[in-house]
Amino acid sequence: MKIRAQIGKVLNLDKCIGCHTCSVTCKNVWTSRQGVEYAWFNNVESKPGVGYPRKWEDQKVWNGGWERKSNGSLTPKMGGKFRLLAKIFANPDLPEIDDYYEPFTFEYERLQKAPSSTAMPTARAHSAITGKKMEKPEWGPNWEEILGGEFSERSEDYNFETIQKELYGEFENTFMMYLPRLCEHCLNPTCVASCPSGAIYKREEDGIVLIDQDKCRGWRMCVSGCPYKKIYYNWQSGKSEKCTFCYPRIEAGDPTVCSETCVGRIRYLGVMLYDADKIKEAASIEDPEDLYQAQLDIFLDPHDPEVIEQARKDGVPESWIEGAQNSPVYKMAMDWKVAFPLHPEYRTLPMVWYIPPLSPIQNAAEKGQIDMAGVIPDVHKLRIPVKYLANLLTAGKEEPVVHALERMIAMREFKRGQNVDGESNKELLSQVGLDENTVNDMYRIMALASYEDRFNIPTNHKEYAGETPFDNEIPFDTRSACGFSFGNGCSGGTSKPNLFGAKTHQNTMSGRLHEPGSKGGRS
Amino acid sequence: MSHILDKLTFFTNKAPETFSEGHGVTTDENREWERAYRNRWSHDKVVRSTHGVNCTGSCSWKIYVKSGLVTWETQQTDYPRTRPDLPNHEPRGCARGASFSWYLYSSARLKYPMIRSKLLRSWRATKLIHKDPVDAWASLMSDTELTTEYKQARGLGGMVRTSWDEANEIIAASNVYTAKTYGPDRIIGFSPIPAMSMISYAAGSRYLSLIGGTCMSFYDWYCDLPPSSPQVWGEQTDVPESADWYNSSYIIAWGSNVPQTRTPDAHFFTEARYNGTKTVAVTPDYSEVAKLSDSWMPVRQGTDSAMAMAMGHVILKEFHLSGKSEYFDDYCRMYTDMPFLVILDEKDGTYVPGRTLRASDFDSNLGEEKNTDWKPVIYDANTNKVVVPNGTVGSRWDESGKWNMEAKNVADGSEIWPEVSLLKTKDEVVSAGFPYFGNLENDQPIFAHTEHDSVQKRNIPARRISLGENKDVLVATVFDLLIANYGIDRGLGGENVAKSLEDDVPYTPAWQEKITGVPAEQVTRIAREFADNADKTRGRSMVILGAAINHWYHMDMIYRGIINMLMMCGCIGKSGGGWSHYVGQEKLRPQTGWQPLAFALDWHRPPRHMNSTSFFYNHSNQWRYEKLEVDEILSPLADKDKWKDYSLIDCNVRSERMGWLPSAPQLEENPLKLSKQAQAAGKDPKDYITGKLKDGSLRMSCEDPDNPKNFPRNMFIWRSNILGSSGKGHEYMLKHLLGTTNGVLGKDLGELGGPKPKEVEWHEEAPEGKLDLVVTLDFRMSTTCMYSDIVLPSATWYEKNDLNTSDMHPFIHPLSRAVDPAWESRSDWNIYKGIAEKFSELCVGHLGTETDVVALPILHDTPAELAQGIDVKEWKSGDCEAIPGKTMPNYISVERDYPNTYKKFTALGPLMTKIGNGGKGISWNTENEVEFLGQLNHTVTKEGISHGLPCIETDIDAAEVVLSLAPETNGQVAVKAWQALGNFTGRDHTHLAKPKEDEKIRFRDIQAQPRKIISSPTWSGLEDEHVSYNAGYTNVHELIPWRTLTGRQQFYQDHEWMRDFGEGLCVYKPPINTKTIAPVIDEFGKGRKQVVLNWITPHQKWGIHSTYSENLLMLTLSRGGPVIWISEIDAQKIDVKDNDWIELYNTNGAISARAIVSQRVPEGMSMMYHAQEKIINTPGAETTGTRGGIHNSVTRAVVKPTHMIGGYAQLSYGFNYYGTVGSNRDEFVIVRKVDKVNWLENPDENLDHEEIA
Repeated sequence: MKIRAQIGKVLNLDKCIGCHTCSVTCKNVWTSRQGVEYAWFNNVESKPGVGYPRKWEDQKVWNGGWERKSNGSLTPKMGGKFRLLAKIFANPDLPEIDDYYEPFTFEYERLQKAPSSTAMPTARAHSAITGKKMEKPEWGPNWEEILGGEFSERSEDYNFETIQKELYGEFENTFMMYLPRLCEHCLNPTCVASCPSGAIYKREEDGIVLIDQDKCRGWRMCVSGCPYKKIYYNWQSGKSEKCTFCYPRIEAGDPTVCSETCVGRIRYLGVMLYDADKIKEAASIEDPEDLYQAQLDIFLDPHDPEVIEQARKDGVPESWIEGAQNSPVYKMAMDWKVAFPLHPEYRTLPMVWYIPPLSPIQNAAEKGQIDMAGVIPDVHKLRIPVKYLANLLTAGKEEPVVHALERMIAMREFKRGQNVDGESNKELLSQVGLDENTVNDMYRIMALASYEDRFNIPTNHKEYAGETPFDNEIPFDTRSACGFSFGNGCSGGTSKPNLFGAKTHQNTMSGRLHEPGSKGGRS
Repeated sequence: MSHILDKLTFFTNKAPETFSEGHGVTTDENREWERAYRNRWSHDKVVRSTHGVNCTGSCSWKIYVKSGLVTWETQQTDYPRTRPDLPNHEPRGCARGASFSWYLYSSARLKYPMIRSKLLRSWRATKLIHKDPVDAWASLMSDTELTTEYKQARGLGGMVRTSWDEANEIIAASNVYTAKTYGPDRIIGFSPIPAMSMISYAAGSRYLSLIGGTCMSFYDWYCDLPPSSPQVWGEQTDVPESADWYNSSYIIAWGSNVPQTRTPDAHFFTEARYNGTKTVAVTPDYSEVAKLSDSWMPVRQGTDSAMAMAMGHVILKEFHLSGKSEYFDDYCRMYTDMPFLVILDEKDGTYVPGRTLRASDFDSNLGEEKNTDWKPVIYDANTNKVVVPNGTVGSRWDESGKWNMEAKNVADGSEIWPEVSLLKTKDEVVSAGFPYFGNLENDQPIFAHTEHDSVQKRNIPARRISLGENKDVLVATVFDLLIANYGIDRGLGGENVAKSLEDDVPYTPAWQEKITGVPAEQVTRIAREFADNADKTRGRSMVILGAAINHWYHMDMIYRGIINMLMMCGCIGKSGGGWSHYVGQEKLRPQTGWQPLAFALDWHRPPRHMNSTSFFYNHSNQWRYEKLEVDEILSPLADKDKWKDYSLIDCNVRSERMGWLPSAPQLEENPLKLSKQAQAAGKDPKDYITGKLKDGSLRMSCEDPDNPKNFPRNMFIWRSNILGSSGKGHEYMLKHLLGTTNGVLGKDLGELGGPKPKEVEWHEEAPEGKLDLVVTLDFRMSTTCMYSDIVLPSATWYEKNDLNTSDMHPFIHPLSRAVDPAWESRSDWNIYKGIAEKFSELCVGHLGTETDVVALPILHDTPAELAQGIDVKEWKSGDCEAIPGKTMPNYISVERDYPNTYKKFTALGPLMTKIGNGGKGISWNTENEVEFLGQLNHTVTKEGISHGLPCIETDIDAAEVVLSLAPETNGQVAVKAWQALGNFTGRDHTHLAKPKEDEKIRFRDIQAQPRKIISSPTWSGLEDEHVSYNAGYTNVHELIPWRTLTGRQQFYQDHEWMRDFGEGLCVYKPPINTKTIAPVIDEFGKGRKQVVLNWITPHQKWGIHSTYSENLLMLTLSRGGPVIWISEIDAQKIDVKDNDWIELYNTNGAISARAIVSQRVPEGMSMMYHAQEKIINTPGAETTGTRGGIHNSVTRAVVKPTHMIGGYAQLSYGFNYYGTVGSNRDEFVIVRKVDKVNWLENPDENLDHEEIA
């Protein structure tokens, strides 16, 4: 057993209102720069739909994630180390800009500067890449929102696999859900394995996966390797970038920007302890439908004295063990079994998990049921097909998803009994394996969802970064000198230019237009 | 420093290693590069501000400043916490707010004052001749060629930079000239929703109010005002805060797309479900709120009242008539008009419900002396007598202290038991007629009709009551009429009543299915669940509703249908229950503190207000295109002769004449001149004007709106984009108000040879370009800026200090100046201060101390609301005397000292000490607060009119005035206000504010943290530690009457016009025929594949109104320009694929946009989310030959006569409280694919080069 700690995340899709606040706050803070205009470290998709970039989920198209060989070994689907090197100069698995979207801007200045005209001036669309006029944008990071576009196009959605889907294109049977996405900070990241430069690493102290901007050489193998398509090539710096899990905030015990600004209050952050020695074993289990359980199996019970002892030995600070014990993520994933990994079949052991959404009862089911027993509907008659959710979250295995939805319904029925009828129906709970204490805890975390219950993040322990346990020098110096950046930040080392490279282009997000061919465009 | 730090192996010191067969690795690399992102996440300061955008969110934000620039924003999370059993408010905010910082330094930002080059050129040339700017403006205005030239150029580019000095000079000169020549009432200002930035609103309205300009209403014009609320409750709008949703156990979101339009509140909705709350979505499309609900009822848009009536049918039948719910029975008896007696008028052998029986109908007046016309009666079961109960509007104003809802006979204080039904004590069963409109055929087949008779005769129990000697009257209770109106069989025989829910009788669930498309079983079940839940929880059933269903012509029927359900189930005034109408950010919590500042009540009273819908209907000449005739909407039971030949605008003229609705411009003469004439004639201006109106030598402006004497002349627009957002009839505004290129495709009544109005003078030539000067303040180049003559760059919401409140939460919090206004922009406060200063300087020699005469309609919440009690009488036709303030508008003299305008603007005037302050019918002394403000803001030291008065120099000074004077932010004032209310009710309410008496909220307090407001009697909910804010709470729990005729919530509206239009009781009324398709469909579309679709314009996801809609972040996350949603089925009919260009048109105008084709939209409907402007990527329209329009290019306001009622208790005018509303949903458009995109980008070659500045 080798115990590691990671800040994990759960998104409760049942509460997601699809508002994209997470996307905007993230973009403002992290990717409003040149070179990453098209990049959304966090984006939100309307499902069913093919997403951003198009059809990212379909690894038959992109070859992301891991492949299990018949001998049980794992290799990146796009090829092992040797084959990867061969692809460096011609990577066939790389999305092109149109698979994301061609970033655009508008000629805003025209509104103020247009000379007298025969019709009202309008700010026309221009490509932010070429600077040339576009008649109209043709795709975007949220093109299919609230089911925009013909069903025939949107139903190319990979999660419809094995579902008779035609029925769901009818107005009466419409269903919809949102899927906010960011880097999964996987336990078994393919991006790390695909990087020829060794620039990607998973931080030992908190599990955050980062691309070293010093070492990245822009080969973009990670872009292909990541099955979630959450690594973006910065055309300005020539390096790849990705969600950093807002490590400067996490280190200080604050939630990521997307989490704190989530107005639906669907995001939860907390410590997970796992057995790092079992990563490979879990990721290479044969049947994809077993991958969800395999990942559960490597998470460790933070209340188990043996686990605690081993964690201490492996250097997990006390506050992180406490964090694991109070982790909302642990409760949702392990105790209540209501949260699931996104596409476990990619075998990356993702660490951003999702609670599946309830949905309205099908009108056809409702029509015949004038005297339905309870007022809250039956999980089997909800609009979103269980199979669709299972394809998204459990590699197609339906039982765990059904179980989770039933538990959520049971919680609702139970609380309704208390609030409306004045009775606590414990039998209802026992049918889904819950007891009153557990339901009260679920209710507190999922419904009341106070800030401190959503986010339980121990701070970083940089004070340990010394040669001996009694070494004060590093933290003291850091604290004293931090911020003085006569060229080199907190360090007294040699000065270096901007890690993201010198500016070669204008930022196209200001709305200002740049002439084609000039320094303004990418051309 | 040691580079050991690079090896951030914090937890242990160990060598790098790999594990799990290489799937895990310990890093030992240098990680110094990590500071790159760490430096990014750093800032120099964080400042609290918000967005004044009328989204209702009122979210507090952290504004990050780095290198002196605003970099980004994230939500504050430090709201005072709710109770332990409720979710908290953090982190309020949405994607739109999060994208705001983009504006500050983007190329969309307005940086300098700008002016139309053609105006500037003429101005500078004229200035060379006339040194006095006022004379120069007069000269320019006299040259029609020059004025036509710049007016016709409006909106067509050609703006140039100018200086603040020059802009202010032109504006001030124009204002002085207009006041002097035509009257100050011709200077109008439009700015909406003060609550979102109260001080910025007040800046402009204070300036206008000081000079006698007209402040235009907005809530009614936006059609966000639900007229049903004043009708039923005598209250503009009062609603639960969103946290109270959580206290509900059954929520129907009815046409309110909660996650999309109430984004920061939506979590209470999702979280309530985990508390056991059932959620239901009623939306025609599969909307975002449907996603969060347990049941989705896909009602045919616009037919909601049919469904509400059917649900009411189920509730009345199964819970009231069956006697199932004692709670409902008690509640309705106490708190609604169910027991009140209604006179049954005999008509053509049947009976028709008439007005309520009053004390004055009895020879004895039932022992009452005062206000007997205003004391409706009930039948008391204790004494078997007719009595006046406590709490009617007559008691409100008779100084008896009996204006309360105690169950007492007002005459002697004895206990009463109001009888709800006369079924047991009836004298006879009579057949009464109820109007039915569901058989009206719509031009468009998607609105189905039924074949039931126009008059539904139903048997009701009645009693004959003796009124005195040889005088009796047949009466029924409101309850008995209600049961009959809902078509429920009570075993009284007769026809048109339903024995079962399956009967095809209006208003059964089976009946509604044909109209709404929703299965009867579903309607029945949801109605039962809703009522059962309310019965078990004593009212914790709630309906969240809003603009979507309030924007239909017959919105009050839709709303009353729903309100009826809530009243029947005892949900109003109950925590977790009630009517949750959310539209704009209308809750200006410290309203009574703000009003003196905003309308300069500290210097002059009354201010000049105008209802915008009637104004724009008249002055943008939309009435000239009116095709809806009064006959089409009149009740089949009304006397049609009485309404013969009246058009909608005639009704409005009658209303203004009777003092019901306000007038601006008010009279065809300048009020400053009229007062001089009166003085010369030795008369009081009021008598002088009344005399002239009576003898016909003076007319009201509304009687001849196309006469240049009656034009509005100057218009200020701030905090608004009226032309790019909620301006119904956009193309008519361009044509007639502005006089520029437009897309009107239809013909007016003159060209069509249709019937002309009879009260309004018809001019063959319609005027174009009524406005001489249009000035807009904004930080972005909105459509309105494009069309303005002068554009003043305003500070953004991160660059000024202001106040913000909302209905959605109980906090008051600030906008703050995180950085100084960028470029040459200025705060609204400073802009108007600058204009006031210039005005004061330039008016000398033109205007001195003048007597203005303000026309004042009969106002709600004043004793004057007891004006026209029994039936409608017009002085003009000799029905009654012309009595100002009683049968016609009041005319009140106001002295204006024009050269001192600036000094008045910047100091708190003496009337606060002399008269005091108040609101909603109560008033209190403010001497202490004025003295306190003098200490806080210091007093004016300069000699002159303002010497010694508290300063209001800065926006923060202004904020302190509001905070000090308002009961909501000053506990001492709150206690005084509750005391004042107690004088009316005869009950002590001060316990509601006493615990917070010493609390005084200051501007810097709210910069530190949002503060919870203090409970005040000007609102009907409480904000304390035990309940969430919910409307009607103090009515129910403190027995404070509703401010209606009966003092109760009214199912019945007995005003003559209400009955004539068949709205005495709630009925289903189908959408009206706007008749905008037939005249153009063949002319423009022959041989083309076209489809006609209903035109729905709900609130959008990627903007708040028009703001943010051109923000690049929002455009990127949507489709990058104007789009319209249509169904896959309709798209196929016209060969349109997703993202194809389409054109939409009708007689009102045309739109060019792209199609979003989606399965979630039902056939027959098109949705263009509200306020996507034509400033972004909008091509020309083939039909109009000009730029494709905005969503309101295909609409036209159609006014409704019942909204013009006044002088009648709760149906009396109040600013943004009652009046005509700008509905827009009954419209249809012709949709087709665009073959060739035309960008119309050629500059006008004939025009001069623009290099002027």
